[in-house]
Amino acid sequence: METTKLPPSSPSSPTTSFSVPSAEKVDGFPRRSMRRARQRRSHSSSQFRYQSSQVELTPLPLLKDAPVAELHDLFCKKLQQCCVLFDFLDCVADLKGKEIKRAALNELVESVATSRGVLIEPLYPEAIKMISVNIFRTLPPSENPEFDPEEDEPTLEASWPHLQLVYEFFLRFLESPDFQPSMAKRYVDQKFVLQLLELFDSEDPREREYLKTILHRVYGKLLGLRAYIRKQINNIFLRFIYETEHFNGVAELLEILGSIINGFALPLKAEHKQFLVRVLIPLHTAKSLSIFHAQLAYCVVQFMEKDATVTEYIIRGLLKYWPKTCTQKEVMFLGEIEEILDVIEPSQFIRVQEPLFKQIAACISSPHFQVAERALYFWNNEYILSLIEENCQVILPLVFATLYRVSKEHWNQTIVSLIYNVLKTFMEMNSKLFDDLTASYKVEKQKFTDATPLFSSVDSMNQFTKLITVNSSTT
Amino acid sequence: AAEEGGPCSLSKMAGADGDDSLYPIAVLIDELRNEDVQLRLNSIKKLSTIALALGVERTRTELLPFLTDTIYDEDEVLLALAEQLGNFTMLVGGPEYVHCLLPPLESLATVEETVVRDKAVESLRKISQEHSPVDLEVHFEPLVKRLASGDWFTSRTSACGLFSVCYPRVSSTVKAEIRQHFRTLCSDDTPMVRRAAASKLGEFAKVLELDYVKSDIISLFTALASDEQDSVRLLAVEACVSIATLLPQEDLETLVMPTLRQAAEDKSWRVRYMVADKFSELQKAVGPEITKNDLVPAFQNLLKDCEAEVRAAAANKVKEFCENLPEDNREQIIMTHILPCVKELVSDTNQHVKSALASVIMGLSTILGKDNTIEHLLPLFLAQLKDECPEVRLNIISNLDCVNEVIGIRQLSQSLLPAIVELAEDAKWRVRLAIIEYMPLLAGQLGVEFFDEKLNTLCMAWLIDHVYAIREAATCNLMKLVEKFGAEWAQNTIVPKVLGMANDPNYLHRMTTLFCINALSEACGQEITTKQMLPVVLKMSNDQVANVRFNVAKSLQKIGPVLDSNALQTEVKPVLEKLATDTDMDVKYFAQEAISLLCIFFSIRPNLLCLLNTSQMLYFPNSIYPASMPFCTVCCLQQHRLNWSNK
Repeated sequence: METTKLPPSSPSSPTTSFSVPSAEKVDGFPRRSMRRARQRRSHSSSQFRYQSSQVELTPLPLLKDAPVAELHDLFCKKLQQCCVLFDFLDCVADLKGKEIKRAALNELVESVATSRGVLIEPLYPEAIKMISVNIFRTLPPSENPEFDPEEDEPTLEASWPHLQLVYEFFLRFLESPDFQPSMAKRYVDQKFVLQLLELFDSEDPREREYLKTILHRVYGKLLGLRAYIRKQINNIFLRFIYETEHFNGVAELLEILGSIINGFALPLKAEHKQFLVRVLIPLHTAKSLSIFHAQLAYCVVQFMEKDATVTEYIIRGLLKYWPKTCTQKEVMFLGEIEEILDVIEPSQFIRVQEPLFKQIAACISSPHFQVAERALYFWNNEYILSLIEENCQVILPLVFATLYRVSKEHWNQTIVSLIYNVLKTFMEMNSKLFDDLTASYKVEKQKFTDATPLFSSVDSMNQFTKLITVNSSTT
Repeated sequence: AAEEGGPCSLSKMAGADGDDSLYPIAVLIDELRNEDVQLRLNSIKKLSTIALALGVERTRTELLPFLTDTIYDEDEVLLALAEQLGNFTMLVGGPEYVHCLLPPLESLATVEETVVRDKAVESLRKISQEHSPVDLEVHFEPLVKRLASGDWFTSRTSACGLFSVCYPRVSSTVKAEIRQHFRTLCSDDTPMVRRAAASKLGEFAKVLELDYVKSDIISLFTALASDEQDSVRLLAVEACVSIATLLPQEDLETLVMPTLRQAAEDKSWRVRYMVADKFSELQKAVGPEITKNDLVPAFQNLLKDCEAEVRAAAANKVKEFCENLPEDNREQIIMTHILPCVKELVSDTNQHVKSALASVIMGLSTILGKDNTIEHLLPLFLAQLKDECPEVRLNIISNLDCVNEVIGIRQLSQSLLPAIVELAEDAKWRVRLAIIEYMPLLAGQLGVEFFDEKLNTLCMAWLIDHVYAIREAATCNLMKLVEKFGAEWAQNTIVPKVLGMANDPNYLHRMTTLFCINALSEACGQEITTKQMLPVVLKMSNDQVANVRFNVAKSLQKIGPVLDSNALQTEVKPVLEKLATDTDMDVKYFAQEAISLLCIFFSIRPNLLCLLNTSQMLYFPNSIYPASMPFCTVCCLQQHRLNWSNK
């Protein structure tokens, strides 16, 4: 079989295995450096493997020196030259070849960026082929299966010196004034886009940054691919939510979506609403929410600003997925709610105020002071305050008992003083209602402390256990 | 409005028709609608009780429609509901009415949350068996069809798991429809559905007629195995095993092998990993001929794969693969094709690969026989015993028994010793712990002389390790060694050392003596326990550290049954009674516990306890005793408290 003949500089080439221990001694953190070294090894070999034999590169004349008649031909040759892949784990292997490719890529980037009339039709397939060969690869297994993007250092792509230039070229290519979407669409097709999207799982943030800009351009210029791109992003998110819970590029994809949503036509299509309800809202359940929460909240607010009628879906959705044990996430949810309330229409507010303020009351009584504090900050927001004031009759009864109780019980002084401020605000808003509620609260409390244990309920429970035993013995 | 109507009338009916016994059921039904999720959950978990109380008729006409409407609940509640409904057949009136359960389960099979959906599918699969063939066609199959053509991916995903359970029992026209639906799902637009279909492909193939396997399944298999997403392709590898098992040998080459070869060389490491992981199954499924011609080179490639994950998965299969090679030229294949790759893996750059190999490599010696093992494998074992990664060394040591059978352990012992010593002193306590666990096995194979000479000191050194888990394991190890080498050996070699530690200035080491005695007394027998161990234990009852003293009480309780009754009465009892008046409450507690448990041996009449009736028990709150303590112990302790307080 062909693959038995591995390329000459296969992973176990002596140069690499010797370079590791020596680096280790200098480094002083042997485990870390070994981890890196090993990682890099697997990192580009996955891509490198498929090159059947190593081609010796010879430098070509410079593009800028080429006569106009030969320019395109030379450009094409350079593109073909850049299809050769190098082993970057072995940092000393084929240095000459690497340098030739780097120089060629630099020239290509510069040429596409600065000179006009370079991009002619025959170059499109060659350019896309060069890009595909270089960037499309199965991403290597993560060195750290429990990779935590917030805590751990990402594994960086070893072949970045070339890869970056290829991405740069692609970007310049898309942004060139000569770029013709009608020609490009034959080569930048669905399959191409799908592979591009899969690369968003890369652990290297530099790569994801390029991909984000590139995908944005592709979405902007190739209209025929838009629906397909949205659908595939959907699929990636759904897999992330319901299957793997792992995808490194969620934040980047959401950032692109933020601007896509911005451009949606009104009225919103059913497809877009479905995306909101069945993808964006469930994304809030992810364990790694903190990594992409800002982008997600932005998308959600974009939707509301487009079409106020989705407000109720959003708020009820968030309430459904409200974190039960993770206070850090709870604070994020409260932040998002505030962003939403900032732009909510008063008519929509009325529709959700009841369940919403029940949740807010629950947050105020959280023993975690950051959660309580975040909820109480709502009363510092002018717009929210005006909404509360307009609906004081509904909201105050919902939160009163909690405020009253927590003001007496909370361990944290900041919370207590925040609550006093809120109570004061309410008192000023509607003193009559406030007094009524205070009075009835006291009566309730009195009743509660006076009451003897509810025998009736104990009784019914006993009766019930009896019934269960009877039933289970008959079956 | 329907949601509201159902339970209201249910609870009213349950409470108001003059039958008070149904009142609790009304409460439960009310709780199904309670705002508190926990209450709803509790109520759902008692659903069978509710159904039982309502009777089959009303369960069908009132409860189930109500449940079908609650599908908008929290996932937690839905999960409980999906599970309950799978066991509901009798509660709706038996198989005749089982189809009543389909509507709520159908809704549950379409929800977003995967665990709920999976549970609903599981329940549907279960109750499908209780449908009569007619009901299956009238009720079940239409449900599968509806799910298969649902517009959101969730319902289509669920449908994939239901085809195989109804296919065998329906008419041929319906069968054709089912096949068509499955085919459609295999080329679904969303990868989620294709993944679900691919994962059920093997299962579905098993229930199909052979002709359809060849005509339908193979094309689906080929398509899924070349899907654009590697997450789909890798699932096809699993299906490959089942499909290959179903087909006659002569069709394998044309129908399955092209796809399998392609998978083994897939550009995605995930697919190659899957092939490596399923290699033994694949090997069995395709038979010896194809194995020889195709799988051997494929396996070589996987062992040399550029991705460490793949190599590790393949290395794990080395032994099984070699074992299952056709016997006529097994040795030749291993020697010329597999062994060279194995040799390379021994010095792999990735420790997971090496340790995967180390966990199976010893198994090759039984297959290759004595001479080959000595000539070819032994150097590898020795190299791995010196590996920088402790896991590799451990894996070799833990599998020594295979080699022992073939060449005897002497060949290895010279290299073994430094490896063991190094592991025994490893900085990571988990490594030390692992090697301790192999000590009894090693001792058995190396023999008592070698052990005394080389390993005994190690075993004793572990007793004063600074990690408790190691000391504990070392204690247990001693017990196993005594079981192996006998009491006499114990008396001569380890007991003196263990007892010597009783005078150690460190109280943790003194306690280790007690723990060792606990472990060893039974294996050493009455003589040694009474004559040598007991005096030490009794002497330690005067220790200044309370932890030592209460461990003395515990030890006495433990070794009591081994001692003779004279020693118990004259020596143990007074000491325990003294400890029972100790100033430390824990010492007191354990001394009293020991007394009460040894009371049988002290020849106190145990049936005194019977005098304690339940009303008396109430004066002694049980909460002062650990919940795990058996009831009789608690009684016993209370009896003693009574005695003491009466004095």
